[in-house]
Amino acid sequence: MSTDNAPTHSHLDDLEAESIHIFREVAASFRHPVMLYSIGKDSSVLLHLLRKAFHPARPPMPLLHVDTTWKFREMIAFRERVAAAGDVQVLVHINQDGVRQGISPLTHGATVHTDVMKTQALKQALDQYGFDAAIGGARRDEEKSRAKERIFSFRNAQHRWDPKRQRPEFWHTFNTHIRKGESVRVFPLSNWTEMDVWLYIRRENIPVVPLYFARPRPVVARDGALIMVDDERFTLREDEAVEMREVRFRTLGCYPLTGAVESSADTLDKIIREMADSRSSERQGRVIDHDPTASMERKKQEGYF
Amino acid sequence: MTASTAPGLLRFITCGSVDDGKSTLLGRLLYDAGTVPDDQLAALARDSRRLHADAGDALDFALLTDGLDAEREQGITIDVAYRYFHTARRSFIVADCPGHEQYTRNMATGASNAELAVVLVDARKGLLPQTRRHTYICSLLGIRQVVLAVNKMDLVDCDEAVYREISEAYRALAQTLGITSVACLPVIAPGGDNVGARSARMPWYRGPSLLELLEAADAAPTRAADFRMPVQWVNRPDQSFRGYAGTICGGRVARGDEVVVQPGVQHARIERIVTADGDLDSAGDGQAVTLCLDREIDVSRGDVIADARHPAPVADQFACHLLWLGDAALLPNRTYWLKLGTRTVNARVMSLKHKVDVNSQAKLAARQLVLNEVGYCTLGLDDEVAFEAYADNRTLGGFILIDRQSNATVACGMLDFALGRSANVHWQHVDIDKSVRAASKGQQPLCLWFTGLSGAGKSTIANLVERRLHALGCHTYLLDGDNVRHGINKDLGFTPEDRVENIRRIAEVAHLMVDAGLIVLVSAISPYRSERQSARELFAAAEFMEVFVDTPLEECERRDPKGLYRKARAGTIRNFTGIDAPYERPAAPDIHLLSGGQHAEQLAEQVVARVLAGIDGTIHG
Ligand SMILES: Nc1nc2c(ncn2[C@@H]2O[C@H](COP(=O)(O)OP(=O)(O)O)[C@@H](O)[C@H]2O)c(=O)[nH]1
Repeated sequence: MSTDNAPTHSHLDDLEAESIHIFREVAASFRHPVMLYSIGKDSSVLLHLLRKAFHPARPPMPLLHVDTTWKFREMIAFRERVAAAGDVQVLVHINQDGVRQGISPLTHGATVHTDVMKTQALKQALDQYGFDAAIGGARRDEEKSRAKERIFSFRNAQHRWDPKRQRPEFWHTFNTHIRKGESVRVFPLSNWTEMDVWLYIRRENIPVVPLYFARPRPVVARDGALIMVDDERFTLREDEAVEMREVRFRTLGCYPLTGAVESSADTLDKIIREMADSRSSERQGRVIDHDPTASMERKKQEGYF
Repeated sequence: MTASTAPGLLRFITCGSVDDGKSTLLGRLLYDAGTVPDDQLAALARDSRRLHADAGDALDFALLTDGLDAEREQGITIDVAYRYFHTARRSFIVADCPGHEQYTRNMATGASNAELAVVLVDARKGLLPQTRRHTYICSLLGIRQVVLAVNKMDLVDCDEAVYREISEAYRALAQTLGITSVACLPVIAPGGDNVGARSARMPWYRGPSLLELLEAADAAPTRAADFRMPVQWVNRPDQSFRGYAGTICGGRVARGDEVVVQPGVQHARIERIVTADGDLDSAGDGQAVTLCLDREIDVSRGDVIADARHPAPVADQFACHLLWLGDAALLPNRTYWLKLGTRTVNARVMSLKHKVDVNSQAKLAARQLVLNEVGYCTLGLDDEVAFEAYADNRTLGGFILIDRQSNATVACGMLDFALGRSANVHWQHVDIDKSVRAASKGQQPLCLWFTGLSGAGKSTIANLVERRLHALGCHTYLLDGDNVRHGINKDLGFTPEDRVENIRRIAEVAHLMVDAGLIVLVSAISPYRSERQSARELFAAAEFMEVFVDTPLEECERRDPKGLYRKARAGTIRNFTGIDAPYERPAAPDIHLLSGGQHAEQLAEQVVARVLAGIDGTIHG
């Protein structure tokens, strides 16, 4: 496949209009909406659409970043630039209980770290601010389990996803009625693919974190992935060595849990061409599990099947 | 956007029954379009070898889309799965829908946003009842283009005659169901024959492959040509700007065009068409824009901005199809929220004309609709709305119903046409109004609504309250549920549908009496929250008090003043509240009477005190 094999532009207009429609339904139907902002490319697209949907007014909802304290430094710098633009309020929440317990992906493993610093932290923040709608950047093409997610996904007062209470969605007529304490997660990018996201970033000139572009970076090969050594908290194991390699990231998360890919794609055009050619799943590099018990668990499952 | 030569995004659904080869065909389509990532292909080869050790290196394409199978095995809700792929010419969104009758609502969900359906049949079996059902649901949801894929041709020796017979039978069927465009093709899903490329095994077929058909399909769904935009959000950042944000759902609009804001009649001209990329001279179907008008008129969310020369029809009563999605049955005359475009109003099904057998399309008599049933009904709204027939415009003709207690989406509906009544029956103005009538009686009109189990003491307490109020010189009337059933509600029984209608009529009568200036006491079990809420909504806030006579079931049963509990327990009467019919306790009654240990007089006194406090606060205070 080549770049010309990429979809035509008119379908980006359709996707953009659909997403804007969703943003406006949220603003009009909920008392206290928020946009979850994770600093990655999908969040960059979301933020761009948020601004477009309400132009010339300022976005009528704040952004919320749940900071696990293990994000790449370049991500935090990027977030601060967004906040400095001044048109949107950027809220940052850190689970202080987790910080006090010293939760770290390196010592506690991915599962515990993600649960405490991400999942629990998000619930804390939603409760603290009383948000009744939280917009997120998840796409249905990311993985199989998301293929069935609703655009407006209902959560009970304990933030639980209850499969029985998910509402059928007809047309673009969304049921936004909830009781006090209940909430919804809303996914305006549901129908976008990874390719759509990059094509749109190129077309609209949307800034993204430089980590998406190939550059020589200090990495360590660990458990079959290339981990970038982003600060002094990362300690080397006995047989490990830091080397400079030309790499980039397809998704961004906590740096010790995010695998880099070897690449020379240092421009948007090259990223798009590389993606069309290489054809491997986006999630390949995501969430490397350093948790020995969890991976043992998985091995057991594999053996069992 | 409409002027673009590139075919836009195509949204389609796949429907077939278990084992027709739907998963295989879809997997093969994704593979032939080149959208299966390398790591997934490797996994596919590995899994195929593991599961089919005897099949050599053949890939089992169904594994690429096996989500539905996994759910089937685990016995969990089988849902629509969305998949994405593109070719050099076009991008596609596929809604992969379960085919079984019990998942009709899921299939309809997928169909609601689709412009085309791929219907699968097994060449050995030909058309089956489910083929007809799938096609009917597509047609009901407005899909006008179908591709019939006759699969497993290898198992009928790639015989052209078999294919011809099936495709001709299908064309005839589709036509009776209103599908205007049918394309048929023979396929062998695992081999990719006529999927991505023409088949060497079936040289007699010279038409396009499935992928080619999809690339060439017409993406624009049938839509009204006249300009329509439901207002989503009023954009007013400061005094200098006021715009109406929404997605255009039909036609085009240009700067300077004259528009009307519906359901009202105010006209204005388009001054600006604002987008974040700059103002536009004109905009069309599917675009999300913000419109500024040349004069200040009252516009809010839910209004429709329409072409002034060709406005949308406006009505509050409709003939429509309903597909029931709720776990609890549709109750005619119950009030639900209806959301049409961006407008939400109260609505009730005034009559259920018939239901439609989804397999045969036979019309059947019905008093209720349950999950996955389709009915044809008369719908009444409490306010007028601008609309279009669903066949012309899905956005302004398609609506959902929402249960007002649970907030569940309980139905989707397709408007057919307006019923003329509202246009001809006007509200007659009268000079003597409620306040004048109330003033001549020297009282504040009020509805006291007593609810509770049979034998709870509603009538006894209501009677005592009326006597006290009468003694104080108030003008009252006691509307007793049992007594009403001898007259105005003589035709109603105790089924859920009849109970809903019983309460609706009592509430309407009470409303007339309050309008006449009276203090009305209603004593009726009124077991459903939803209908009590509807009753409350007929009145101004201060005019209605819900009095919950809260007596435990055991106590009511012990009293059994009319011997009814005994009969209900013996099974000689059915649908008895508290025994084999539900009572939904009020969540927040205005007056909560706990009858344990108190005499009826004491309880009545509590009510009288509240009524007098209210009167003091309003008239004498
Ligand atoms: N011979 C033959 N077998 C097929 C064809 N299409 C599907 N199958 C087989 O039919 C069975 C059911 O297919 P599957 O895709 O799982 O059906 P689904 O339940 O409709 O998704 C599987 O064993 C497939 O391999 C075909 O065109 N020819």
